[in-house]
Amino acid sequence: MISQIFVLSLRGDNIVFRDYRGDVPKGSAEIFFRKVKFWKEDEEEAPPVFNLDGVNYFHVKVAGLLFVSTTRVNVSPSLVLELLQRIVRVTKDYLGVLNEDSLRKNFVLVYELLDEVIDFGYVQTTSTELLKSYVFNEPIVVDAARLPSLGPAAMFMQGTKKMPGTAVTKSVVANEPGGRKREEIFVDIIEKISVTFSSSGYILTSEIDGTIQMKSYLTGNPEIRLALNEDLSIGRDGRSIYDYSSSAGGGAVILDDCNFHESVHLDSFDIDRTLNLVPPDGEFPVMNYRMTQEFKPPFRINALIEEAGSFRAEVTLKIRADFSSNITANTILVQMPVPSYTNRVSFELEPGAVGNTTDFREANKRIEWGLKKIVGGSEHTLRAKLTFSQEPHANLMKEAGPVSMTFTIPMYNASRLQVKYLQIAKKSKTYNPYRWVRYVTQANSYVARI
Amino acid sequence: MAPLPQSQRPQSTSQPSGKGEVSDLKMQLRQHAGSRAPGTDDSKRELFKKVISYMTVGIDVSSLFSEMVMCSATSDIVLKKMCYLYVGNYAKGNPDLALLTINFLQKDCRDEDPMIRGLALRSLCSLRVANLVEYLVGPLGLGLKDNNSYVRTVAAIGILKLYHISASTCVDADFPSMLKALMLNDPDAQVVANCLTALQEIWSLEAGTSEEASREREALLTKPVIYYFLNRIKEFSEWAQCIVLDLVAKYIPSDSNEIFDIMNLLEDRLQHANGAVVLATSKVFLHLTLSMTDVHQQVYERIKAPLLTLVSSGSQEQSYAVLSHLHLLVMRAPMLFSSDYKHFYCQYNEPSYVKKLKLEMLTAVANESNTYEIVTELCEYAANVDVPIARESIRAVGKIALQQYDVNAIVDRLLLFLEMEKDYVTAETLVLVKDLLRKYPQWSHDCIAVVGNISSKNVQEPKAKAALIWMLGEYSQDMFDAPYILESLIDNWDDEHSAEVRLHLLTAVLKCFFKRPPETQKALGAALAAGLADSHQDVHDRALFYYRLLQYNASVAERVVNPPKQAVSVFADTQSSEIKDRIFDEFNSLSVIYEKPSYMFTDKEHRGPFEFSEELGILSVGVESDDNVSPAQRVEASDNDLLLSTSEKEESRGPSSNGSAYSAPAYDSSAVSVTASQTQLVSTSQNQALPAYTPQASLAIDDLLGLSSPAAPAPTPSPSTLKLNARAVLDPSSFQRKWGQLSVSLSQDCSISPQGTAALTTPQVLLRHMQGHSIHCIASGGQAPIFKFFFYAQKAEELAVFYLVECVINTSSSKAQIKVKSEDQSTSQAFSDMFQSALSRLGMS
Repeated sequence: MISQIFVLSLRGDNIVFRDYRGDVPKGSAEIFFRKVKFWKEDEEEAPPVFNLDGVNYFHVKVAGLLFVSTTRVNVSPSLVLELLQRIVRVTKDYLGVLNEDSLRKNFVLVYELLDEVIDFGYVQTTSTELLKSYVFNEPIVVDAARLPSLGPAAMFMQGTKKMPGTAVTKSVVANEPGGRKREEIFVDIIEKISVTFSSSGYILTSEIDGTIQMKSYLTGNPEIRLALNEDLSIGRDGRSIYDYSSSAGGGAVILDDCNFHESVHLDSFDIDRTLNLVPPDGEFPVMNYRMTQEFKPPFRINALIEEAGSFRAEVTLKIRADFSSNITANTILVQMPVPSYTNRVSFELEPGAVGNTTDFREANKRIEWGLKKIVGGSEHTLRAKLTFSQEPHANLMKEAGPVSMTFTIPMYNASRLQVKYLQIAKKSKTYNPYRWVRYVTQANSYVARI
Repeated sequence: MAPLPQSQRPQSTSQPSGKGEVSDLKMQLRQHAGSRAPGTDDSKRELFKKVISYMTVGIDVSSLFSEMVMCSATSDIVLKKMCYLYVGNYAKGNPDLALLTINFLQKDCRDEDPMIRGLALRSLCSLRVANLVEYLVGPLGLGLKDNNSYVRTVAAIGILKLYHISASTCVDADFPSMLKALMLNDPDAQVVANCLTALQEIWSLEAGTSEEASREREALLTKPVIYYFLNRIKEFSEWAQCIVLDLVAKYIPSDSNEIFDIMNLLEDRLQHANGAVVLATSKVFLHLTLSMTDVHQQVYERIKAPLLTLVSSGSQEQSYAVLSHLHLLVMRAPMLFSSDYKHFYCQYNEPSYVKKLKLEMLTAVANESNTYEIVTELCEYAANVDVPIARESIRAVGKIALQQYDVNAIVDRLLLFLEMEKDYVTAETLVLVKDLLRKYPQWSHDCIAVVGNISSKNVQEPKAKAALIWMLGEYSQDMFDAPYILESLIDNWDDEHSAEVRLHLLTAVLKCFFKRPPETQKALGAALAAGLADSHQDVHDRALFYYRLLQYNASVAERVVNPPKQAVSVFADTQSSEIKDRIFDEFNSLSVIYEKPSYMFTDKEHRGPFEFSEELGILSVGVESDDNVSPAQRVEASDNDLLLSTSEKEESRGPSSNGSAYSAPAYDSSAVSVTASQTQLVSTSQNQALPAYTPQASLAIDDLLGLSSPAAPAPTPSPSTLKLNARAVLDPSSFQRKWGQLSVSLSQDCSISPQGTAALTTPQVLLRHMQGHSIHCIASGGQAPIFKFFFYAQKAEELAVFYLVECVINTSSSKAQIKVKSEDQSTSQAFSDMFQSALSRLGMS
């Protein structure tokens, strides 16, 4: 059972503080914040769960806020951390945008939510839908446009004009200026990919972690039918999950495993790969999946470090976009640690390169290369000349790297998992809500060793 | 509603004392108290918000109590809620003023709107004022009978609140039995769940003093109650499901059919997106099957994929909680995860608490087939920019080297680390090389050659320096420079801050002296002199001890300080198996995250559901108690078996249907007593998968136990006096029990003839061979070159005496390690001789 829930800003201010059991001292927020801030001398972060003088502190960091829970009891850590995440999600559903500003403006509403979500330390409900009948404050909406984008869905707001950007930051209870609610539903297929390339360019490990996320603004909760690839198969049985040979190239999409939101009925899933559900209000994951089947990595990375005279070396970074030219990746960042005795770096971009930034982070001895956009099929190169403060060690390769990369590719999914159609049970002939099915791929850990 | 004025955000700027603001608020609240003018509610809302925001940041606004209460006479629900929140917060400190609120709360408890009734009841119970309890009983009684489920959920928890304010009032009003009736009959699942939580807490607290309460608490774990909850499981919210599953994990089914019924019913809970539900279900599965080795192993295989999915799908925090549990499972049964090692590779952007867990998991799952890849991966981390992780990685490589039989390649890698010329890498590696040499003295030549090249000036960390000095002393005969390096270290005695290093220096120089006296004599003198003058007590005492010892008799001194050493076979584990089992018992709790049983970090009243067995835990801390068989030990025994049989299982197992079939020996779906229609559905689909599966599985088990091999041939006459019963029978569970009960009476290493090694291509070969000597195999496993066996034998003249043997054979080094346990310690040696002679004849016939 939970003793307290509180939300702190990154400076340590209490924005909301709710005590349920009265068995943890009131100063807990301050004790917690000090502990997290000065966790250890080295740069280690505080783990999400720790015990201090018999009090267990749980926290999750979201949108520049710390959501914290305390208890004295030996509870299930998963339960508390899931709950904190769920409180975050519910709050976001109500406020539209979640950040320090919106939370401060709506703290009374958050108290209302917390009152209903937990009673005397026991979870009652976290359903945005059920909570609607118990929450009476109206959200004070903050302007989303001025804010840095947050959360996975926010990635749709950048770059592509096809998406109605405001929708994902719309509160489930607030009405549109016209007074009418816009009937729409969003289905987002968000994939995070992890790839490790060996120094010779082979794929050592690769994994796709995907989520089909839904956000419904449909009134009256009509039933929805979501069809996935018919040849989708799940589980790889006794075979080694890293067996690449059988699945190369085209063919079926094979997931290692997946799980579902509790509103999903799987009655026909085994037969025709359709999911039936009555979507609750707000944002929720319909299905999470994991795949280690071989896939074509969107980027190839080529990195080289060579000695170039005494106290000098040259780094060459090459990025090739291995996807169709009508797709554009954005917010690309390539990073590479360089030898610790590097004291100066000069960069040389290709002639005509636009939207590139280069930087040498002296403190952590790392070079950073940012690219605004990469169009499918193109190749980009960066040369960096390093100056050392000492004679480099014999094996320069061991002193630098690995190269890591982050990016976002809208309308691209590496797994080839697809939503074939999205059917909404019709209430009348004129009822035709907007449906948005969107794909996006992001790098999770995209690393090339040198 | 307008945005709050800036003045209302004192948190970020300077923290105001609040006094001026509070008295200002008081004035304004008074002005609005009696007013019924339109728009009053809006201005009240603004005022209330200010009060609440002061309260949040910790400014004392309790002086506003009476004004707040006066203003609360309103129909505006938002105002009401803020007022309730305020009153709940300050009532405890102002019991007299709290009485003022009773009136309107009681009135609201009778409101038409069920939501107002619920709200008021909740706030009424949250006042936490002892002298007001008399006002709670009536509304709570009505609340439990309310026709609205929301009010009933509030009332159920309200009774628990009442219990905490005044236990006697709660019990005297007979609320627990009302809750029980509601729990077993209410149509609303959340009401049922709240009744269950409230009762669990009340009865657990009462159980110490009331026999009835402890009987009631036990009654929750009976079949009808458990099945009642299980059959309704899908009605519960995901959170309430966790509570129910927690209860089910404590239930002890009467037979295996019941176990399979429960597991089939809960099977789909493993596909839930909520990690807490999946872990709670996993706990049920793991605990139900503890005594069923093969099914227990199936459970590990079944829950592996869902847990891995949770690790990669949630937020970093959620993923950490699940990973910690996966870590626990990996540590218990590493072989079951040996093909999943790539999942435990670290990603560069993971926080270090995650990386540390993964490194430990990689270390644990390393075996012959994956060591090369794992060590290669770890070597990548050793060059990592993240220094703590780089250190951990090097340690991991060392640990893998220590647990493997064939360390050739790993030693080479470790030695390569020394060439990286990074201080921390060198330091970690030196410590490891020292440990390796203690276990594998045969590698000394290769290691010493490299270590000799390291300049002691480049080694600063005490642990590493101590390791280097130890090697200098131990291998001074092979290291040309050893006396001179030691001498120069002794010259700088005063600059050496670590007492540990100085202690090692004393010992090393003395060892060196025995091997190369003329070269070391001077250094020894200097060291003893420096040691005697040392301000550190231990250093001083050791120096004095050595000095006196040398004075008395140099050859005795040599026997004391530098005796011939036996290679260390196993380094002591830091955690006793009891502690590990306790943590496993507390699966899905903080114990797993902290890697400590709950009694180590919580006080008694907060131990939650685990308080039942705490005495046992305290008794057995750190002590290998051999005389009592706790359930924990049973767990260990079955897990041992689980380990053993893995590889064989994998070979013989056909493709399973999504890995979800739990095979009962005699499984009959018509006998399923869990009534939910879903259950039927599950079990029929399960049955289709069974025919292909069950026979194979049972065949594999038979094979494993040696039952399918032909009847034992006539025993060959044994030369020793000890006679064994050729037809000895011991069932696996008795074996496990005995193995857990008995202590090791003998532990020996022996070698096997080359013919024997050659013949030992599969475990079955030895199994049949030993049977010819009346020694029977109960479980075996492994792949070339390492095989592991459990044997038993029975004394012919004394049938109560059994000999149990654990035997690990490494065919590549032609060595066997034998552990013998027996009821009759006096004949253990005779038996061991017999066993070894039988073993030595393998492949001779």
